[in-house]
Amino acid sequence: MRLLRRRLKFDTSSERFEAGFGADFEASLQRSVPVVNTSLPEKEEPQKGDELALLRAGDPAASSNFVRDHISWMLAVARRILRDAGHAEDAVQNAFASIFAGLKNFEGRAALKTWMHRIVVNEALAIFRKNRPQKDESIDELLPVFDDNGCRIEAPWASFETPESLLQKSQTTDRVAELIEKLPDSYRVVLVLRDIEEMATSEVAEALGLSETNVKVRLHRARAALKKLLEPLIRGQEL
Amino acid sequence: MTASKKTIKRRIHGVMFKLPLMITCNEFEDFILAYLEDELSSRERAIFKMHLSVCRECREYLKAYEASMELTKATMTSEETALPESVPEDLVAAVLAARKG
Repeated sequence: MRLLRRRLKFDTSSERFEAGFGADFEASLQRSVPVVNTSLPEKEEPQKGDELALLRAGDPAASSNFVRDHISWMLAVARRILRDAGHAEDAVQNAFASIFAGLKNFEGRAALKTWMHRIVVNEALAIFRKNRPQKDESIDELLPVFDDNGCRIEAPWASFETPESLLQKSQTTDRVAELIEKLPDSYRVVLVLRDIEEMATSEVAEALGLSETNVKVRLHRARAALKKLLEPLIRGQEL
Repeated sequence: MTASKKTIKRRIHGVMFKLPLMITCNEFEDFILAYLEDELSSRERAIFKMHLSVCRECREYLKAYEASMELTKATMTSEETALPESVPEDLVAAVLAARKG
């Protein structure tokens, strides 16, 4: 039985977090150049061809339209990764510089927006790494609690608001965004990249210079902590 | 439920979770991510489900954990689709100035 138990239990101990992101993470600082994933299956919409040609030629009107079309969602992505509004704006500016520079080599094999999304994420992460606190804040007080027998301590759920019903309330989005910001940075960024920006575990691991196991452990802890923070909402005790 | 009844229930759980093919809530916790990512073997999955069927705490915890994920995703992506019409003009101007630069 003990053997079975040992086999079953994930070996997270060997990957216990170091206080920071480690040397790999620091090294990844050096390569903030956006990676273009040309293997993506999506095709660029045909009508965008002319727009792209004008953009590549540096047409001022096309450039202005292009920036205005994309800047809002790009800023939203950067704001989710970086708490600071000024840093998010810097990330967007850097991203546009990379996009304009990279347009001539953009072959349209990946969808334009997918390519731009990756660039803005990379630029935001470059700023995130430069500004992250030296020491990780603790997430322990938000993690689930167990008694001496290994039994979970969880107050009974008398009422349960579904995500659908919560979405009907206008304040929900702001409140969720506020609570995500309460997560310690090194956990929050993993949750944002995996669960919101929909990057694969391997991509997140590479972007942050972490092992995949470490990304998974952080993701689970971030989700567990966010569940704790969102509890009053989901229990219908707030809003 | 009184406090003493609660303690007894916990003790029973504590013993029960040590039976063959049983895991404790603490061990269950370590399986959640792999369960959601569909990375458990069929045997591990059966053991996970078995715990779920006998443990109210973990059942409710997992339900809330999944609801929290769903809520996060729904609100954060809807924010993107329902962006305000107003474009940050200062930033647009800065980006375009840099482009000309």
